[in-house]
Amino acid sequence: MSAVRGGTAGGSRGGRFAQFIDWVDERFPLTAMMKEHVTEYYAAKNFNAWYVFGVLALLVLILQVVTGIYLTMSYKPSAEDAFASVEYIMRDVEWGWLIRYMHSTGASAFFIVVYLHMFRALMYGSYKSPRELLWIIGMLIYVALMAQAFTGYLLPWGQMSYWGAQVIVSLFGAVPVVGDALVEWIRGDYFISDITLNRFFALHVIAVPLALMILAVVHILALHTTGSLNPDGIEIKKYKGPDGIPLDGVAFHPFHTAKDLVAIIVFAIAFCAVIFFAPEMGGYFLEHANFEPANMLKTPEHIAPVWYFTPFYAILRAVPSKGWGAFLMAMAIVFLFLLPWLDRCKVKSIRYRGWTYKVALAVFVVSFLALGFLGLKPASTGYVYAARFFGVLYFAFFLLMPWYTAREKTKPVPERVVYHGHH
Amino acid sequence: MSEEASVSRRRFLAVATSVTGAVGLAMTAAPFIASFRPSARAQALGAPVEVDVSKLEAGAMVRVQWRGQPVWILRRDPDMLARLGDHAAALRDPESKESIQPGYATNATRSIRPEVLVVIGSCTHLGCAPVEKLQPADAELGADWPGGFFCPCHGSKFDLAGRVYAGVPAPTNLAVPPYRFVGDSMIIVGEDTGAGA
Repeated sequence: MSAVRGGTAGGSRGGRFAQFIDWVDERFPLTAMMKEHVTEYYAAKNFNAWYVFGVLALLVLILQVVTGIYLTMSYKPSAEDAFASVEYIMRDVEWGWLIRYMHSTGASAFFIVVYLHMFRALMYGSYKSPRELLWIIGMLIYVALMAQAFTGYLLPWGQMSYWGAQVIVSLFGAVPVVGDALVEWIRGDYFISDITLNRFFALHVIAVPLALMILAVVHILALHTTGSLNPDGIEIKKYKGPDGIPLDGVAFHPFHTAKDLVAIIVFAIAFCAVIFFAPEMGGYFLEHANFEPANMLKTPEHIAPVWYFTPFYAILRAVPSKGWGAFLMAMAIVFLFLLPWLDRCKVKSIRYRGWTYKVALAVFVVSFLALGFLGLKPASTGYVYAARFFGVLYFAFFLLMPWYTAREKTKPVPERVVYHGHH
Repeated sequence: MSEEASVSRRRFLAVATSVTGAVGLAMTAAPFIASFRPSARAQALGAPVEVDVSKLEAGAMVRVQWRGQPVWILRRDPDMLARLGDHAAALRDPESKESIQPGYATNATRSIRPEVLVVIGSCTHLGCAPVEKLQPADAELGADWPGGFFCPCHGSKFDLAGRVYAGVPAPTNLAVPPYRFVGDSMIIVGEDTGAGA
């Protein structure tokens, strides 16, 4: 911030700081990068509250990396010591409880923010041409995030850590021919053991975070190539002023950053409220069964994954065959990747799309939430039938999309963004 | 050398270098992929377990450990085998359709040889250890009890083939691990020929 201001607002172009920046710029494109991605990156002026979740996701990523580094300083990745070392962090390490609760709450916050970010894309058509690659990179981030959550959940070595991992790892056994060998390859042993814990630790603290951070950078680079869309779903690059700046665009900094700062404060209030008053969130963020050390001879009464996986878990259980259940569970995510090509409608924003897509999106959201609820419940007959019903709706959203979007009755799309200024 | 020959020569060299590089990369990847497999120590600890059953009397049971799990080996006498057929209606999965066992143990006695039962002695409900109630007409389990196993934690009942009764918490029959016979006296738990012998 001050680096940029130093040259212009400061007035002393020849000041020592400006000279330093010039020195750096001759060796590294610092000012050019700041301009391209921050002070001269133009995004539409009609952004609404749905456009804050990208920045919040980045914030949570940084939060997870920082708190994660601190946790590794006291955590011991072995079957013998893992559970006790987490208790040690909670009881004996200075502020250990706060850092751990930030990390565990951060995991759920990450998914909340990412799900809302994805819903925004579904509403305003952010996945459509020319942003297909941006969407796919985003989906890769989502998959990496799931891998990160899954490997991280084994580390406390509690009962739910152990049996949750048991269930998820055994899903790979459903892969034809190589299934059993694949499961053994993932575990590195014949059951979930110290060896599995140790490698999940390596994946959770090095491999997946590295991939996540690289993907996040690539995601932003792709975004800054196509430009951000907006709630009207129209390209602001179409109308540029004589200076080459989109007429409906305003600089990311200071305009959007100021707005994002409000979102960050609201987010921080909610985040702190959870950390200080309900860090377990009634068993949804930290499951009660996980307060007991892993015991390979005793299965918990009811195994449920953490809430962010439950929609897919419900699909898995709704299918009476393990192989098909695992297949459909994977397809529930694969279909999301294909969205840019399944949607045939040229109009991007839900504001100008026909009733068919609005209904379809509403049905999809309801079925996703319903599956999420059902995945938390025991697999009794009534719940399983309900999961089948909503599972069919979930897939119908994707499978029927080429038809209901092709013949959609859309409204005329405005040429310029709709924006009501405040005076 | 002509311009054209030089271009095709360069293309050949580029392709040859790329292919060599790709092969080298694949070969370098191999140890990293293989490194994920169970280590020598894990293999040694998870090795099949040999059990001598020649001294196991009819009606007696031995327990061994395999890959962290308790494995029970019970030699059933002709009486026990005869009683297996008389309570199918009371069982949840009498034909072991929803239970875990190798193909060669998916039969009426859930075993390779009718008299020798090999099961994992961990309740399929919550993994408690069931206790043997091998004799029929048990004081606790009623006069029509044909002999089997009873889980004291939540009351699941299994018969002498490890088949679960209906109306108890356990969802499936006791699992049968892979195993095979060597001669008449030895059982190797954790290893099989696929066919069951």
